[in-house]
Amino acid sequence: MTPASSPVDRVPPGHYGFLGALKSEWTKLRSLRSTALSIATMFVLTIGIGALVSAARASRYANHGFKSGFDPTRVSLTGLLFGQLAIGVLGVLVITAEHSTGTIRSTLSAIPRRPVVLAAKVVTLGFVALVVSEAVCFVAFFVGQAIIAASAPHATLSTPGALRSIVGGGLYLTVLALLALGLGTLIRHTAGAITAFVGILLILPLILQSLPSSYIAAIGKYLPANIGIAMMSPSTLPDSFSAWTGFALLSAYAAVALLVGGWTMVKRDA
Amino acid sequence: MIVADGLSKSFGDNVAVDNLSFEIHPGQVTGFLGPNGAGKSTTMRMIMGLDHPKSGTVTVNGRPYHSLPWPLREVGALLEASAIHPGRSAYNHLLTMAQTNAIPKARVNEVLELVGLSHVARRRVGKFSLGMGQRLGIAVALLGDPGVMLFDEPVNGLDPEGIRWVRNLLRSFAAEGRTVFVSSHLMSEMALTADHLLVIGKGKLIADTPVADFIAQSSRQFVRVRTPDPLSLTRSIERAGGTVIEESDGALAVTGLEAAEIGDIAASQQVALHELSLQSASLEEAFMEITGSSVEFRAETGAETGAR
Ligand SMILES: Nc1ncnc2c1ncn2[C@@H]1O[C@H](COP(=O)(O)OP(=O)(O)O)[C@@H](O)[C@H]1O
Ligand SMILES: [Mg+2]
Repeated sequence: MTPASSPVDRVPPGHYGFLGALKSEWTKLRSLRSTALSIATMFVLTIGIGALVSAARASRYANHGFKSGFDPTRVSLTGLLFGQLAIGVLGVLVITAEHSTGTIRSTLSAIPRRPVVLAAKVVTLGFVALVVSEAVCFVAFFVGQAIIAASAPHATLSTPGALRSIVGGGLYLTVLALLALGLGTLIRHTAGAITAFVGILLILPLILQSLPSSYIAAIGKYLPANIGIAMMSPSTLPDSFSAWTGFALLSAYAAVALLVGGWTMVKRDA
Repeated sequence: MIVADGLSKSFGDNVAVDNLSFEIHPGQVTGFLGPNGAGKSTTMRMIMGLDHPKSGTVTVNGRPYHSLPWPLREVGALLEASAIHPGRSAYNHLLTMAQTNAIPKARVNEVLELVGLSHVARRRVGKFSLGMGQRLGIAVALLGDPGVMLFDEPVNGLDPEGIRWVRNLLRSFAAEGRTVFVSSHLMSEMALTADHLLVIGKGKLIADTPVADFIAQSSRQFVRVRTPDPLSLTRSIERAGGTVIEESDGALAVTGLEAAEIGDIAASQQVALHELSLQSASLEEAFMEITGSSVEFRAETGAETGAR
């Protein structure tokens, strides 16, 4: 029925599956400028702001005696609070760009079982986010410490809690990327999903600040932004989860977003 | 082979597809004809498992789309709306598709060659012209060398040369024994491309018939007569069983009698004839009439005989 010359004639046994979906998602991610752009933005923001804050805090430490609460590890990782927005955009775009451009219809015509598509996106994005997030955290740490060392006590990888904070910061960004993917899957629209992501990270804490302080203490530690601060701090903070409990909770948030998003992806028309 | 059984789909209160049942067979081009908004694209998306039917089922080669083992190797589709990221190159888009269904990279280059896009394969799709975009869409459909092919309005936006290219391509796919299902809102296009027709209007199946039969059944033929004495000729024709409608310029549109019979009547009545010609309503008119979408058009031409 089909021309014999075609290389496609040799239909492999079995059926399409996760491995092909992974390869395809990897090609998608690396073949778009927006990927490189959001990763570059994350590097610039995280490392640049980390360096600026490190210089400022170290100088205040040396010249004005602002010594209490000075934690060189924590200070060098401050830029993460800005870099997190860039990785959120990356996570959102992985799915919303498919909807805005119609690519989702190509994707689902090739892989009609939608959870397979979403799972492949989770693994690909998760892997890329983990590698770049850990890289950016380590670089931010070393750049920050080099700056701080000139005028204040600095940290090294063997300083208690330092390594855990760096790794924790990278894990925080990674899970945020997956949370963003979950929001994008649920909301479908790029602007809407980014707004939701920013709202959760930046607006929720502001809303919380307007509540009575007893609420702040009780609820504050559940907010993703505060979990992030716990994860990138060498010591456990007051009214806060430990780094690893926070990581587990944040992962649960991301999992819920992905499960709900995945459920609507299956139920709705493409 | 595509089989739909009682396929229905609503968007809110709007019934887009209404209890469609059909079979689309291999080895011929099946045209899917209907005016804009008739439900063609929605039906195609349901075949592909992209839209969920409200009720009914549709299978491709005996299975629902989502349980095909290698979908792209069985079904190739050019959907109406663009389904390609403008920021990605043609090559990379095809590669993302090929990788999902274990289709070798060599095939990506092969289909790019086939549709004549090799020289722009690395260029971002956003920079493509409409025609190049359609060619890329066709390359995607060909990627898995599938036995079933769906094309939703494939000639939209193409120049005459491109239209001829697509037409010949579809006919050659059918000649190779593939199932070719192609939608259009243009009867004239379908008359040239399709062997068999599914006609829909407002989501409902109106006809499922060979193209030739559809044209024969739906064409309105009439005889145009001009005479200095229309009143007496009209009376005579009506007495002989014909139906007469006066056209706006005074000519008579006659149905129910052959031109020769009308000539004989005129001769026996000694009425002069200035014109006696067989007219056929165009395919487009026939199609409009059948899908009931052009009431104004009929009133305007006066060619309607009121027989339906
Ligand atoms: N995603 C959608 N949401 C709401 N209404 C839709 C959607 N897709 C199609 N429709 C409606 O369904 C009907 C059929 O549309 P469509 O299948 O695109 O027709 P065609 O392809 O024959 O022009 C139209 O009334 C259209 O407005
Ligand atoms: Mg359409």
